[in-house]
Amino acid sequence: MPLLEVKDLHTSFFTRDGVVRAVDGVSFELNAGETLGLVGESGCGKSVTALSLMRLIPMPPGKITEGQIVFDGTDVLQMDDDDVRGIRGNNIAMIFQDPMTSLNPVLTISRQISEALELHLKMDRSEARKRTTELLELVGIPSAGKRLDDYPHQFSGGMRQRVMIAMALSCNPKLILADEPTTALDVTIQAQILDLLKNLAREFRTAFILITHDLGVVAGMTQRIHVMYAGRIVEKADTGELFANPKMPYTWGLLRSIPRLDERRKERLVPIEGLPPDLIAPPPGCRFEPRCQYRRDLCREREPELASVPGAKPDHQARCHGTQAGGWLVDLDWRSEIGDVRVLEEIKQEVAAVPAEAARLGAADLTPREGP
Amino acid sequence: MASAAAESLVAGVRGSRRASAGLWSDAWWRIRHDRVTIAAFVVLAVLVVLALAADVLADHVFHMKFEDQELLKAYAKPTLDPLAYMLGADEIGRSQVVRLLYGGRVSLAVAFLASLINMTVGIAIGLSAGYYRGVWDDIVTWSVTTLNSIPTLYLLLIFAGLFTPGPPVLIAVLGFLIWTGIANFVRGQTFALREREFVTAARTVGASQARIMIRHILPNILPLIFVLAAIDAGGIILIESALSYLGLGITPPTPSWGNMLTNAASYFVRAWWLVVSPGVMIFLTVLSLYLIGDGLRDALDPRLRGSR
Repeated sequence: MPLLEVKDLHTSFFTRDGVVRAVDGVSFELNAGETLGLVGESGCGKSVTALSLMRLIPMPPGKITEGQIVFDGTDVLQMDDDDVRGIRGNNIAMIFQDPMTSLNPVLTISRQISEALELHLKMDRSEARKRTTELLELVGIPSAGKRLDDYPHQFSGGMRQRVMIAMALSCNPKLILADEPTTALDVTIQAQILDLLKNLAREFRTAFILITHDLGVVAGMTQRIHVMYAGRIVEKADTGELFANPKMPYTWGLLRSIPRLDERRKERLVPIEGLPPDLIAPPPGCRFEPRCQYRRDLCREREPELASVPGAKPDHQARCHGTQAGGWLVDLDWRSEIGDVRVLEEIKQEVAAVPAEAARLGAADLTPREGP
Repeated sequence: MASAAAESLVAGVRGSRRASAGLWSDAWWRIRHDRVTIAAFVVLAVLVVLALAADVLADHVFHMKFEDQELLKAYAKPTLDPLAYMLGADEIGRSQVVRLLYGGRVSLAVAFLASLINMTVGIAIGLSAGYYRGVWDDIVTWSVTTLNSIPTLYLLLIFAGLFTPGPPVLIAVLGFLIWTGIANFVRGQTFALREREFVTAARTVGASQARIMIRHILPNILPLIFVLAAIDAGGIILIESALSYLGLGITPPTPSWGNMLTNAASYFVRAWWLVVSPGVMIFLTVLSLYLIGDGLRDALDPRLRGSR
């Protein structure tokens, strides 16, 4: 039995302008000790998915309208509030994007880390302090014992993220949700923090879900990757398979936009034109169709299912008419073939023709806030 | 030798780091270097100690109780012989200085206790309204605006008319009428703080709503609440004097600075010194409380850091 089973999760935000379907039918599984990457542009529903798993969607305006989240055999969505609190921090922990704002500025580090210990493991102050020191040593904070009574502002960004990791690890959770854990850090610190996360997860056999917009971050970190777009999972594959043999034009776009240092590239980075769709009124067909340079009429008419694709491993699934059996992209080499130039021009024109629309989309992208 | 020197150097460095440590220790450091605030603290402390020691001083230094009369000495000028009349005697020959000490008890107790009630009620209502929002917040906002729109003195007059005035009643009435300022402030701050990421982080750890309010949000606001409470305490002393002046505060023979001032005002031409001494006490207390409030704000407000 998998540790976590998410079935057909729908999370919506009921705003003045309409219902924003931030997560729209997401299903995935995660085994104990397994690592999963959730990748996609900002505003595609990654963070909302993570917050939904812990039932932390601000209500109102948010609401989990459909689906099941089975964690360790029980449906989180059916639990009462006390039981959910018992899971938070104890069985599922979360690491946030910005360590500068996710630590309370007026509480000492030790008080913040021991919070979960006191709540869930019923430790008293001195036990909790001892354990806190161990945790801080574990995440690589030098002379941890002396820094227990320091305040967050006395730590650097990287150190604070280590503190956040210590907080997440404190009760030995079975699952850690890391929501863009390195986005706010500089590159050298990013690598350290990712290494630390990876090693600790391996050491404690903790499953974790790494949420990021950066495919480069998940590359060495996770066993599997799910690519999300506009509230849906559009491609699922093992990490190696996804990088070697991606089967969805959106993933191609993401991969093309990673700068590579190991290759002397002559052409410029290729961005994905346009913006993610308005989640109040998503496109009728494939959600990526308006930005896809490989599109055909079929794409606009009917949304493809998430299904296995030919020429790939059996558990590799993609949501694309073109790469599915009988499609026109099955044998395409995505690296050399950047699609129909005419269509590409068309998309550019469409994007340019509606600057107001683009501005509105940009604003709409901000209003359905991802989490509180 | 070298290692000892290195050690002392390390200790020095650590010491200086400690000096700039957390919010509270930083604030403490600032207050210690703020002479005006220190002076205000000292003045207030002296007044409190004198009021607390009123019994001892009356028995052993002045040898006169606050209700003892000596009609022949009525309107006596300040004199050192006997010591009990060092600030003069009132219209029925009672010792002004002893009555001042006992009056301090009442006035200071009313100020501090009413301020405590004010703070407790204000925090509880403001915090819950700001955190839960919705209907409860609407009710609170409505009550606050309603209370604020009626001049405090009129409200107090109504209450003073309904209940027999006395220290406990006065404390309760003042405490339960002044809370709107603190409640409003706490509510606004909570509104902003509850959206901060560290509150979400606390929720992911499994903290309950009460715990989030009390252990995560409140510590962020508490420093400024102390400041407001100190300023309110000064205001309460003034209101108490005003009420006593109107004859609705503490009633004689129990002395309070307010009713002593009222009483003496009738004999101002004959014995002006009877007006001066309670006036000076009220002035000193209120000024000290304001200065302490001001100093605390300077010390605790991060935006003012480095300005001194």
